[in-house]
Amino acid sequence: MSLLEVSGLGIAFGGLMAVNDVSFAVKPGEIVSVIGPNGAGKTTLFNMISGIYRPGRGAVRLNGEDVTGEAPHRLAEKGLSRTFQNLQIFQEMTVLDNVLAGYHLQERGPIWADLLSLPSMRRRATIARDGARALLERVRLDKTEGQQAGSLSYGSLKRLEIARALALNPKILLLDEPAAGCNAVETEEIDHLITELAGSGIAILLVEHDMKLVMRISSHIIVLDHGEKIAEGDPATVSRDPQVIAAYLGAGQEEEAEC
Amino acid sequence: MMAGRRKWLQLGVLAALIVLLPLFFPSGYYYRVGALIFVNALSVVGLVILIGYAGQISLGHAGFAGIGAYACALAPQHLGLHPGLAMLLGALISGVVALLIGRPILRLKGYYLAVATLGFGILMSMVLTNERALTGGPDGMSVEDLGLRAMLRELGWRLSGGEMWYGVSGIALLIGAWVALNLLDSPSGRAMRALHGSEIAASTVGIDIARQKLRAFVISAVYASIAGSLLALQNGFITPDVAGFMHSIEMVTMAVLGGVGSVFGGILGAAILTFLPQLLTVFAEYEQLVLGAVMILVMIFLPQGLLPSIGRRIGRKGE
Repeated sequence: MSLLEVSGLGIAFGGLMAVNDVSFAVKPGEIVSVIGPNGAGKTTLFNMISGIYRPGRGAVRLNGEDVTGEAPHRLAEKGLSRTFQNLQIFQEMTVLDNVLAGYHLQERGPIWADLLSLPSMRRRATIARDGARALLERVRLDKTEGQQAGSLSYGSLKRLEIARALALNPKILLLDEPAAGCNAVETEEIDHLITELAGSGIAILLVEHDMKLVMRISSHIIVLDHGEKIAEGDPATVSRDPQVIAAYLGAGQEEEAEC
Repeated sequence: MMAGRRKWLQLGVLAALIVLLPLFFPSGYYYRVGALIFVNALSVVGLVILIGYAGQISLGHAGFAGIGAYACALAPQHLGLHPGLAMLLGALISGVVALLIGRPILRLKGYYLAVATLGFGILMSMVLTNERALTGGPDGMSVEDLGLRAMLRELGWRLSGGEMWYGVSGIALLIGAWVALNLLDSPSGRAMRALHGSEIAASTVGIDIARQKLRAFVISAVYASIAGSLLALQNGFITPDVAGFMHSIEMVTMAVLGGVGSVFGGILGAAILTFLPQLLTVFAEYEQLVLGAVMILVMIFLPQGLLPSIGRRIGRKGE
């Protein structure tokens, strides 16, 4: 059964259809990539699925349950987690606290326990802290845990965001351009990480401009152009699709194909 | 735990200061000043939770101080409650009022929120001023004695009123600081700081933003209320000024001047702005002018407030 099912999803901004009638499904362990030229509506699609925008039409189903238009924190409770194209880091907090924030649903408890620092709260916080440290190790940020997040490099922040998203122990992970601004080595690391996560049964929905990465790891690709799905299929099929080639290479947009 | 040890160290320093300061008091009058500092600091610690942790502003928190103060004045008179219990009743009412008004107005952001909370403060002070039959109007009303001093005397502990309130307010501040530091390093505190940093990111990791803002608002209201009660009890008299606009502004100014990101910054701000006017009386009619100038200079040169800026400077030298 599909973990995430999107059907006929659409939203308009001031009369302009930013995303129109997009449908697809993601199964556990699958890596589904959404590609398309800049402004095709990829991030808007992500924002609708993750509850930041309320879709104008269509439906989002998680595990068969209709979750269209639900608030982001409700979706997080149901196992959906995401990263952002333009980093959304808690800059003033330490690296460790950033990941701990991702443990919120697991470490939260009654407010009294927090105010009085009761042993029950400290127990929950210790479990979360151990988990957060393990995740930081996994993305090789364990040496920076006490630093203020704002002082980290761009590539490190990208990995920190992934660690925070993983802290939720998600069933489905939405990654919005995780390799953007990363060098070849970092991109390869992210490549391994994503494959590993999918291998452990997490459904991955990916927006990425690095075509080599997308072609290498995706099990399924969806191509958006002007907010509409123009093609989908496995990497080989999609890369041969004349409509896709036209969207990417047509109208003098060669530069975008290289991104 | 490192954070835990640091918390107890900070509280230890605060406790030592409270105990040792009287050794340097030239006269009994300074116990009164000290008690006032602690009470102001208590309400500022509440604002540090709201502004510094959760990133929300309130220009009406004196309204809650007013509820706490008048609860101590009215409940013993009309309900026959002990003034100590009246303080708890006031805190409860403030919490419930904060819950009710916080729900709609915390949807607002930035200066819209500032204006809405300002409205609440003004409303409270108008009610207290105009309900003459109940509150005595602008002339204020007297507050029943807590009876603590008489009790201590029976136990053979003779304290002046100033000394006793210095102790009671000092203990209240220590408890308030302890609770605020507990919160800082707890799941709720992290959630508040996270939504301060990025509301979108906070909500995608499962933090119910509206709920966390409301919690910070209610907690800070209870702080202000208890501070207002202590103020009423130690003065034995109360006027609507306690709920007034100027008092709200004073509270925020103390928090921002000392450094709203930290509990001890807030306490320092309260200490300076409560004590400075006493010190500046030598400037006679220019007192307000000098006070204003000091505040402007601090905000220009130490924009994060006194304590964090100084801490950062020391930290940099230490590197």
